[in-house]
Amino acid sequence: MDLLLTLPILIPLTWSLVLYPVRRRRALSHAIAITGATLLLGATALLLVFLVSGKGIEVVTIGSWPPPYGIVLVADLLSAAMLLVCALVSWAAVVYSTDWIDPGREQAGYYSLVFALLLGVNGAFLTGDLFNLYVWFEVMLMASFVLLVLGVERGQVEGGIKYVSLNLLASTFFLSATGILYGIAGTLNFADLSRVLESVDPHILNVVAALFGIAFGIKAGVFPLFFWLPASYHTPPVPVSALFAGLLTKVGVYALIRVFTLLFVHDPGWTHRILLACAALTMLTGVLGALAQHDVRRILSFHIISQIGYMIFGLALLTPLGLASSVFYLIHHIVVKTNLFFIGGLLERRFGTGLLDRVGGLFRTQAWLGVLFLIPAFSLAGIPPLSGFVAKLLVIRAGLAAHAYLATTIAVVVGLLTLLSMLKIWNEAFWKAPPVPAVVNERPGPYSVQVLLPIFVLASVTVFLGLAGEPILAVAQRAAEQLLDRHGYQAAVFSIVAESVGTGG
Amino acid sequence: MSTLPSLILRTAVRWISPLLLLFSLFLLLRGHHEPGGGFSGGLVAATGFALLTFGFSLETARRVLRVAPTTLVAVGIAVALASGAGAFLLRSPFLTGIWFKLPLTSTMVIELGTPLLFDVGVYLTVIGATLTMLFSFAEE
Repeated sequence: MDLLLTLPILIPLTWSLVLYPVRRRRALSHAIAITGATLLLGATALLLVFLVSGKGIEVVTIGSWPPPYGIVLVADLLSAAMLLVCALVSWAAVVYSTDWIDPGREQAGYYSLVFALLLGVNGAFLTGDLFNLYVWFEVMLMASFVLLVLGVERGQVEGGIKYVSLNLLASTFFLSATGILYGIAGTLNFADLSRVLESVDPHILNVVAALFGIAFGIKAGVFPLFFWLPASYHTPPVPVSALFAGLLTKVGVYALIRVFTLLFVHDPGWTHRILLACAALTMLTGVLGALAQHDVRRILSFHIISQIGYMIFGLALLTPLGLASSVFYLIHHIVVKTNLFFIGGLLERRFGTGLLDRVGGLFRTQAWLGVLFLIPAFSLAGIPPLSGFVAKLLVIRAGLAAHAYLATTIAVVVGLLTLLSMLKIWNEAFWKAPPVPAVVNERPGPYSVQVLLPIFVLASVTVFLGLAGEPILAVAQRAAEQLLDRHGYQAAVFSIVAESVGTGG
Repeated sequence: MSTLPSLILRTAVRWISPLLLLFSLFLLLRGHHEPGGGFSGGLVAATGFALLTFGFSLETARRVLRVAPTTLVAVGIAVALASGAGAFLLRSPFLTGIWFKLPLTSTMVIELGTPLLFDVGVYLTVIGATLTMLFSFAEE
């Protein structure tokens, strides 16, 4: 068990190291990278199965130092589900990259960096310690920043600068808030914190909660701190964008869910009401921003923001159904959004640009690509029977059950506007006549297996989640129950202490 | 470096750099129970190379280091990883320290353990990372 729980961290670290010396040998590094991604997928799937069939929370004391003094890794169902979905999309992104990424970037250590990014992401999902979470966030930030500006000319790093400066600001907030919290509670272990904070003056906690809200809000792209995201996500190569779109903001959402269910539940009338307002505004501004855009990847970037709103909405309700909807939405969104970026990439490759007024007529030559696009696009908009329908239905039901009528109305309207903006891409890229001066196809010929396989796999996962998603929904509901059961979390972490004391270890 | 560095600096560096490297090893080895350790040791060692860069030239520092600083980072992380993964052989959690007692004489016993190996990894990584930054700034 110790090994299985540590593997999501060990595999990316090992592969990041192994891929570095072979970075100049293309075929070999591709084979190693795909093997690593597949292994990670297998390990995380095994972990989830193990947790679902077992007691649901597993804890490992790193270095055998007992909590709250040592750092623990804690995997509950939310962590395990996030690990699995992230492993799935990173597998897809690695396979896609083997066709897409140019040799220059590969020789600079592209695959090492991808696995370093996964190291940060997986570490953030697994850690049971607040300061350790900060460290994993930094690992993730550094790897993503290098991926963002890798192979870019000096003048083109504007998006990267915005990305890194906003994220460093978020890290500063995170670190200050962590310091204040340590001053208040004297511990940073999640389980210990949640125990200690129950008897702390709620007014001070409100301030700390606001600081954490800002820090993770920037990372997650929540209104009003989202503008770094659309400024940077359309600049790097497509697989990098797709990976970022799938993973990075979702780690922020995960952190928000973690701290606002485990630590800051002292005054939900204040903290969670603010979250609800932010969620509604995030949904709305994201989708309105998308309507104003004319570049495929920019439209998709704005939709990430609007979808983040739905996830925060479920969290803000703090009901079992609300949290279950957040968890399901996270799973659905990561798969769909990554896939949309992949397909957007094929569009850009076909026409040499992602600007909608310079593309068109794709349905005449490649109707199958249009159908393939419609699966994630309709899923994003929430059309049955795809995964987005289930996710949106859950959010709306949770909203109505909690009497948050205004925010629920916004969620419904935003769903319609999302459909509008997906249809805009469809109309412009697939349906309208081809652009008048025929664009030279940079790389003609049929698409390779490496770019099509990930799209097919992710599309079938989307269909599966919609048609036969009950097991996943059951996992989401159990995860939500776990999130609301703080004493269960505390007991799971501290039972490790009892065990190690009992065996004299 | 457009102008030639001063003679005083160069003469001093000739003596100070080796001493700094020696001191860094001392810090690394005493670090487990007393102040010191891989991180501070690594920084001190990197200072030695930094002085070489300023006192002589970038080429001198690179030549003395022999390997590329990024390689040092990779090797350092690999060493740290290996030191932690050894714990799995004993069915303990990752990074659990494994200790050996090494009797030198009848009264002196040295305790060696995987935490020292981990510190060596940190030491190499810190030297590598610091010098990667320093060298790329010095190139400009």
